[in-house]
This record gives sequence, structure tokens and C-alpha cells, in this order.
Amino acid sequence: MDYLQYLRKDKMPHIWCDGCGHGIVLKSILRVIDKLGWDKNNIAMISGIGCSSRTPGYVDFNTLHTTHGRGLTFATGLKIARPDLHVIVVSGDGDATAIGGNHFIHAARRNIDISVIIYNNYIYGMTGGQVSPTTPGGKKASTTPYGNPDTPFDISRLAQAAGAAYVARSTAFHVGKMDRYIEQAFTKTGFSVVEVLTPCPTSYGRRNKEGRGVDMLMYQKQNSIGIEQAKGKTAEELKGKYITGVFVDKEQADYRQRYDEVIKKASKLNK
Amino acid sequence: MKKNAEITINEQWCKSCEICVAFCPQKVYEMGRFYPKIVRPEDCTACMLCEKLCPDFAITVTVPDKIEKSQ
Amino acid sequence: MEIPNPNIHMWQGNVACAEGAIAAGCRFFAGYPITPSTEIAEVLSQKLPAIGGNFIQMEDEIAAIGAVIGASLGGVKALTATSGPGFSLKQENIGFAVMAEVPCVIVNVQRGGPSTGLPTHSAQGDVMQARWGTHGDHPIIVLSPSSVRETYDMTIRAFNLAEKYRIPVVLLSDETVAHLTEKITIPDPASIEIIDRKKPYVSPEKYLPYQIDETDIPAMANFGEGFRYHVTGLAHDETGFPTNNPEKIKAQLERLNRKIQRNRNDIVEVETFETEDMEVLVIAFGATARSARRAVINARESGVKAGLLRMKTIWPFPDEEIEKIYKSVKKIVVPEMNLGQIAHEVEWATRREKPVVRVNKINGEPITPNEIYESIISQG
Repeated sequence: MDYLQYLRKDKMPHIWCDGCGHGIVLKSILRVIDKLGWDKNNIAMISGIGCSSRTPGYVDFNTLHTTHGRGLTFATGLKIARPDLHVIVVSGDGDATAIGGNHFIHAARRNIDISVIIYNNYIYGMTGGQVSPTTPGGKKASTTPYGNPDTPFDISRLAQAAGAAYVARSTAFHVGKMDRYIEQAFTKTGFSVVEVLTPCPTSYGRRNKEGRGVDMLMYQKQNSIGIEQAKGKTAEELKGKYITGVFVDKEQADYRQRYDEVIKKASKLNK
Repeated sequence: MKKNAEITINEQWCKSCEICVAFCPQKVYEMGRFYPKIVRPEDCTACMLCEKLCPDFAITVTVPDKIEKSQ
Repeated sequence: MEIPNPNIHMWQGNVACAEGAIAAGCRFFAGYPITPSTEIAEVLSQKLPAIGGNFIQMEDEIAAIGAVIGASLGGVKALTATSGPGFSLKQENIGFAVMAEVPCVIVNVQRGGPSTGLPTHSAQGDVMQARWGTHGDHPIIVLSPSSVRETYDMTIRAFNLAEKYRIPVVLLSDETVAHLTEKITIPDPASIEIIDRKKPYVSPEKYLPYQIDETDIPAMANFGEGFRYHVTGLAHDETGFPTNNPEKIKAQLERLNRKIQRNRNDIVEVETFETEDMEVLVIAFGATARSARRAVINARESGVKAGLLRMKTIWPFPDEEIEKIYKSVKKIVVPEMNLGQIAHEVEWATRREKPVVRVNKINGEPITPNEIYESIISQG
């Protein structure tokens, strides 16, 4: 397929480092949009702040690069104002689950028809490698020089608990799965989340001796395990493994459907 | 006549990450001094993995049947 | 049988704000409960869905202003309402709306501060926060109503100015005006002037979302109208994309500030009362201006020629309007429910040529006419 038709070519090459997985995720998003045949005029891509949040600048849609963690709030307003638009939010682990954590769980609770693609690289890359809510315990970041004392969030489980209609996790390496999950998310009515584990060689890999981007992708290739296969395995057996798959896929009324009922009631009562 | 897939590398966008070199199942690529080199184009099966995994939009694989269709 | 006039209402200030928003064409409200502004949300939660609009109670104050900006980018006039603590939380995204030039209205019903302060008591302590609450050099428009009817009119005006100048407009009310109930006659809906954002009349390929032209106000395409442009809080050039080019950054930030400066005469509104022959000038705004007016009347009855300049626009500051009338007075009295935020501006505007007498109160009680009267007639 021709990716270039969706890119703002004069903004390329993008700012992401060599071996960073973000470009791989973006390609998957564009493949799905191409497959679905969406009109570029009807797509709004919204982000917060961080490496992942630079994505909208490169794509030829209605694009909005907001404040740190707040992409989902702007997206909520836009989706309510313009239900006809496909609203996609791209976010990172810090943006979505630290500073924007409240918005993330509430957007899921509301089940508003927005798709969020979270590029989870376990680190604040843009600011130089500080610990994030998904940095595994013990790992090094510029602000955890002795190892991370905290336990990480499981973003997909968080989204599931908060009420999202669709939740899936892939690695950046497994492009086939990633395409399938993103397509399912984009076609789902309601709040959908695809968490993509993506290498940050510069800020995370280097500091934790995990090698270059290519090495980190190789690790993903060799250490991913499906949700079904992971069942019944001990914590020890699952140590260092990436559990991928579809966590949630359910039908439930989305925010628009429920608020349309409010409009109906209000119109009748106020006649 | 069998046509091979056509691979192009945009060196302006390539950041030399070597992902294509590492993951091509047919070992079509080898790393050059700065950019990957296409050393075994005849082995390419147009699986598209290199294109999909290239984070920099630098690799384009044109599949033969698509070439024929567009002609 | 007499047919009741449908334009006569017994409204609270907050109700008038909600009704004014609807009259202005607002069809989206996002908010978070906070005293003493909550009635605005409550009224709109009932009224907006009845006219096909949308009301949403967000998870926090930050989310509320974010949703408002998002809705406005989608082409829907949008409002949020809050009070001090919430206004503090909203500041970053207010700066975003300034930078990205997204029209929206933020109501701040002032209560006692700092911090949680006095949730149910009145104050005017957010004057400087409304001006400089968000970081960086930026323009802002701040209006302040003194009555229920004016809250209605000024909410409409806030939307009109926001749309006209592509800027967030703050309606700086206070607990006294917001919770005051008055009988008012609102204008006939057909007579209300409504201003909408300027639309682009070029093809999408030629559209520059932050074009610098003779008006300094770029045309605004809504998302989904085929223009596919980029909106960011980063410093950007005419195309809307981030830039590090010092010349381009300078040009955009200068335009951003200039678009308000050069139109200050259209934005700044004051009301003068008994100022022709005055010897004492009182400058007041919001609820305090009501007490000030009474104090001026009482002073005149006592033989002291007092006059009142009531600021309806707080920012841009009405320095030119003050300049026109202060030269002949002996002193200036500035009553305000804070420790002198406006008095300080008045001293600047009048180059400290006249004594500026401050009447301040920060205990949650409104300033009484008598407190202002004493300062007017005092010889000290």
C-alpha cells in the first residue's frame, strides 16, 4: 500500500530515533485506515505530549496536538460535537496513565466512541528517559538510577477494569496481530484501546542493557505469549514475557447512544 | 515470466536501524556502510515484513501483480 | 386576560449566565461541580439536551476545559464554568486555547481564596489570575458583570468576542452577583447580535490556519470541513506546524498579542456615572460597583462631588478610559474584594499623579456602600 498518501511528506523524516518502534505502530494505523477506506477529511487524530504524541503532525488528517495527558479530554469534546468524525487518540504510557490517567479511566467508563492507541515503551522518552507508570520494577531510568522501586501498571487490565468496550495488546514486532487489533478497535462502537509495546532503544534499552531497537524487537519476537497460553502459567514462568491478545471485546451502548436517550427525554419534558 | 518484487530504500528517511536486515526471512538485505543493501533481491517473496517493520517509511516493496494491474 | 411578557424573568446570576450562553448559540457545556458556579452546570444539564445540545460533567476541571476546546474545534460554541480552585486547574489549557486561537468562554465565579478559601463567600481576588494565570506572554479578554441582567448580556458578549477574536474569554463574576436574584427583562431573542467565527474562503490547499494578514485574525476552519490542518500548543508558523524559526515565532506571537491590542476599543467597555463635575473618582467592578454607585449617590447628597467609573471589561485594562476623566479629580477611590489588584493598575494608569485610596475586604463579606462612602468623604 501507499503510505505516503496519508503522510505530510514535507514533515518527514520523523523525529523518532533509529530503532524506535513508533513508526511501526503508525504504519499499522495507516494500513488499517487504508483498508477501511476512511475519508481523510473525516478522521481526527489527537494526542497529548511525548514522543508518541508527535504522531498527528505527520499524518494528513484533522490533527490536534494538545497538552500533556489531555488528549482524551479534547477528543471527548470533539467527538460529542462531531459524532460523524472518526476520532483516534495516540498516547504514550506516561501521557495516558500518569498525567492523563484520570481521563483514560473515565473515557473508558463513559464508553465514548474513541479509539486510543497507546505506544507503551515504559519510559518518558521525549524528556530523556525518566521512569514511567509502566517501567517494570527494578529497571533503570534517569530518575531511578538505583532501579525502579515501584510496580508498574498493566495498561490493558486497567482499561478493562475501567469499562472499555475493546482492549487488546500487541508488540510492535507482531505487525499482523497489531493490524488485526487496531482494525477491531477502529470498527468498534465505544471506547477501544490497543496497547502496543514498543522499543525505546535510546532512553530505555541503552540504560537497561537491552541493546538497540532491533535487539528489543528480537526480544519481543521471542518472548511474547498469547493470553490463552499464559493461562495456568506461574508468575515465575511468565517473568519477562509479554502477554498479548484481546482482553475485552464486548457490545455495550456507547456514550452517544446513551446521551441521545437523554436528548429524547429532555425534548419531551421541555415541550 | 516471473517478476520479482521491487524494493526501494529511501536513504533520505532511513535511520540505519537494521531492522530490515535482521528480520527479513529470506536474508535479502545486508548492512552497508550507512544503509542496508539489497543483496539478494531474487529471493524476495514479497512477504512485506521489512516494509511493515521499517519504522521510518524508508522501504517500499512493490509487488509484481500490482505492477501488472496498474499497467 | 393579560398575556405575561415571556422576556421577564426572576433569575439568579448563574441562571442568567446559562440562559445567556444558550442565547449566544452555545450548544456544548463541559464542567465539574464547584461552588459557587454549579447552578450554571445544573441549568445547562437540563436545557442543552432539550435543544439538541450537549452537556457533560467531566472527571475534573482540566478535562472540562479540554472538552470545551475540542468541541469548539468541531465548530460548536462551548462553555465551562468554575470557581477559584477550578480556575487554577484550567490555566494550562486556557493557555492552549490562547496559543491555538480556539474560541471558548470560561466563567469564573470568584469565591474567597487562596486555596479552598471560602467556597460560599464572595471575593474578587482572581483579577490577576485571570490576566496572567497561564504561563507565557499572552493576550486575554476578561469581562465582569455587576448585575443579573448584565450577566446575561455579558455572557453573550463573551461568546461574540471569543468568536470574533479567536480567543478564550473569561467571564469574571463573583459569588454575590452569581447568587443574586433579580427581576430582569431580557431582550427579544431576534434582537440579539450573534457573531460567528470567520470562515476560510480559500481552497484547502491554500488555507493557512494562522495566516498573518491585515486583520491579524485568521479565518478558522472547523475539523471535518475538508481543511485537514494541524493544531498545536507548540510555537508554530502560519501553517500551524511547529517551528523553531525565531522570525516566524516572533511574527506569530506578535500577531497573537496585536490582534487584541489593536482592537482594545472594541473590547473595552466602561460605564460612567456622575463623572462630569466630579472631584472624587471611584473605580469599581462586579458586585462592588453596586455598593460604589450607592456610595457616590450618598456622597453627592452630603455635598461631595463623587463619580463612578465601572469597569465592564477588566482586561484589556481600561487605562484610556480612566485617562480621559481622572485629571481633574482630587483623589481616586478603588474598592475591591481583594488587597488592591485593580488599585495597583489604576496607579500605573494614572502615573500616581493622584492619591489612590484602597478599600479592601478579603473576609468573604461584600464591601458596603458606607465603607466606600467613608473613603470618598474622608479628607485624609
